[in-house]
Amino acid sequence: MNVRAWLALLGAVAVALAAVGEARRLAARGSRGRRFFRHGTASGGLFVLAFFTTVAAAAPLVAPYPPSSMPEIVALQNAPPSLAHPLGTDVYSRDVWSRLVYGARVSLGIGALAMLVAVTLGAAAGAVAGYARRWVDPVLMRLVDVGLSMPRIFVLLMVVALWERLPVSALVLVIGLTGWFGTSRLVRAEVLSLREREFVAAARALGARPARIILRHVLPNVAAPLIVSAALGIGSVMLLEASLSFLGIGVPSPVPSWGNMIADGKDHLATAPWTSLFPGLAIAIVVMALNAVGDALRDALDPGQETA
Amino acid sequence: MTEPLLRVRDLKTYFVTERGGGTARAVDGVSFDVYPGETLGIVGESGCGKTVTSLSILRLIPEPPGHILSGSLIEFEGRNLLTLRPPELRAIRGNEVAMIFQEPMTSLNPVFTVGDQIAEAAIVHQRLPRKQARARAIEMLRLVGIPDPEERVDHYPHQLSGGMSQRVMIAMALVCHPKLLIADEPTTALDVTIQAQILELLDRLQAELGMAVLLITHDLGIVAGTSDRVVVMYAGQVVETAATPELFAHPLHPYTEGLMAAVPRIDTRVSQVRGRLHTIPGQVPAASGWPAGCRFHPRCPYAWDRCTAEEPPLLDAGRGEPGSHAVRCWLLTEPRRRTPQA
Ligand SMILES: Nc1ncnc2c1ncn2[C@@H]1O[C@H](COP(=O)(O)OP(=O)(O)O)[C@@H](O)[C@H]1O
Ligand SMILES: [Mg+2]
Repeated sequence: MNVRAWLALLGAVAVALAAVGEARRLAARGSRGRRFFRHGTASGGLFVLAFFTTVAAAAPLVAPYPPSSMPEIVALQNAPPSLAHPLGTDVYSRDVWSRLVYGARVSLGIGALAMLVAVTLGAAAGAVAGYARRWVDPVLMRLVDVGLSMPRIFVLLMVVALWERLPVSALVLVIGLTGWFGTSRLVRAEVLSLREREFVAAARALGARPARIILRHVLPNVAAPLIVSAALGIGSVMLLEASLSFLGIGVPSPVPSWGNMIADGKDHLATAPWTSLFPGLAIAIVVMALNAVGDALRDALDPGQETA
Repeated sequence: MTEPLLRVRDLKTYFVTERGGGTARAVDGVSFDVYPGETLGIVGESGCGKTVTSLSILRLIPEPPGHILSGSLIEFEGRNLLTLRPPELRAIRGNEVAMIFQEPMTSLNPVFTVGDQIAEAAIVHQRLPRKQARARAIEMLRLVGIPDPEERVDHYPHQLSGGMSQRVMIAMALVCHPKLLIADEPTTALDVTIQAQILELLDRLQAELGMAVLLITHDLGIVAGTSDRVVVMYAGQVVETAATPELFAHPLHPYTEGLMAAVPRIDTRVSQVRGRLHTIPGQVPAASGWPAGCRFHPRCPYAWDRCTAEEPPLLDAGRGEPGSHAVRCWLLTEPRRRTPQA
């Protein structure tokens, strides 16, 4: 590992620390921000997310080697961590740290994008169902019941089996399309109670159209639970991606994802545990960080504590 | 004589309750007029159908379970609001007829600034650009007497007191200078001193903007100082209507008498004010089971057998102009019964 890569790694840590510091400074101004950082794990979680995001964004700088280069397939196979390869190499002599860095792009990217798709769909479906009632609500909610009662991993296996090699963008879409059911229920429940609130009646009395009432008056009030569920959801999407990739049907192999890195190392756990251990750790740390931030957000955005 | 701004005729709003509990006849044949620039007070205890009446005017009743029966008429400047198509109706809501609600704290959207809420109607109806909308909001805040409007415009509802919130609600409702303001118990949720300030504000704004006000309250005392005419409601019906001075000088319906006896006088202590409505024995029955005959008879000190058997129509009291003072009570036909039997 060369000087440039070490410096870049230090830089990433510095950027993450600076981001957390700036967030704390901004947060100290409002009661919400103060409640957010009252959680002991919030700063740590935020740091982890900022660090991995920076690393993913600056992957070519941070990674000492190209993620798929196999310098010496025999001599460097499953080499333990060393100065040249801080996290060791895998069975194809690829640098685990470099793959981890590029894998962050894939795993975090899939998590965030798929969650975005799911949250958007869920919010739209939930808002329409909750506000429209009449026949729209029962139809949408039966659909959601069906979606929730199907084991997701089998649905994904089925879909994936229909394609020979699924491009990553399609994977994102499929995960997103099968992940909005829970969100839509959450949003519908919120909208059902919000629509009875007097400020919605007041908006109707002002002459606002139904679309405007949903989008402008109702949905912003759902933002808090939506953000929380999205933060927690990214973690579960990342785990799902890891499972799929581990099963060999997620991200296709030469492209590194944390899931398929674990899969690549699974046959050498006894001799080269680092090949699976480090991507596994990365997933665990990021998922924990997301949960910590999600919990802190839940408290921070809880309107019940608004006057505090 | 001028044409009324709002004509309500035989308004019936029923709710079909679940579990086969029957139909709640919340508003059951209500008629009244509101003339340009005047204040009409609607008075009655809680549960008499005042809110349902006011919501029916702008067709804000949740359907289902509610529905307005055909045969009802709500005419605003000659247009029947009950047959308007939704876009035409929305063009009237908040623009020509505006409403303020009882609970100022919950009627404001917690996630919007004061300025955004006030500007909403102007944005909806006049497509006001953002910048101008903000300027208009500040102007409205000044109009309703909120200090430091440039600062307040960016505050959120939870930063406001109850009286302040009600001022903001009023500002919201008046942005488009409506011709009619419907105020449903605008001061009930507020402290007594704040109440007086809000009523004063409404009075001043009405004079400045030349609008009519439909003031709904359970408190005859509020009506006395603000309204030109009064409609007394009981059990979904109008039981008495008269000009305010006439009503206070010659209340004819026993229910009106009861309400009047309950109005705290200046020398009444706060502790007595608390229990003020208890001077009429019993309470308003549920809207799904109005009593047969005169709906007030179970609580009426004068009731006799005719009252339990026959529902009285709204009778002209024969005082002043025909129709100016009307009462739904059989006593009008047998005035000597007014002295309660010992
Ligand atoms: N959404 C509804 N569903 C069923 N009944 C209702 C509904 N809204 C009002 N009511 C009934 O209508 C009657 C009149 O209510 P309301 O107009 O709120 O009285 P007020 O405003 O005079 O206190 C009450 O008996 C109430 O139970
Ligand atoms: Mg009411």
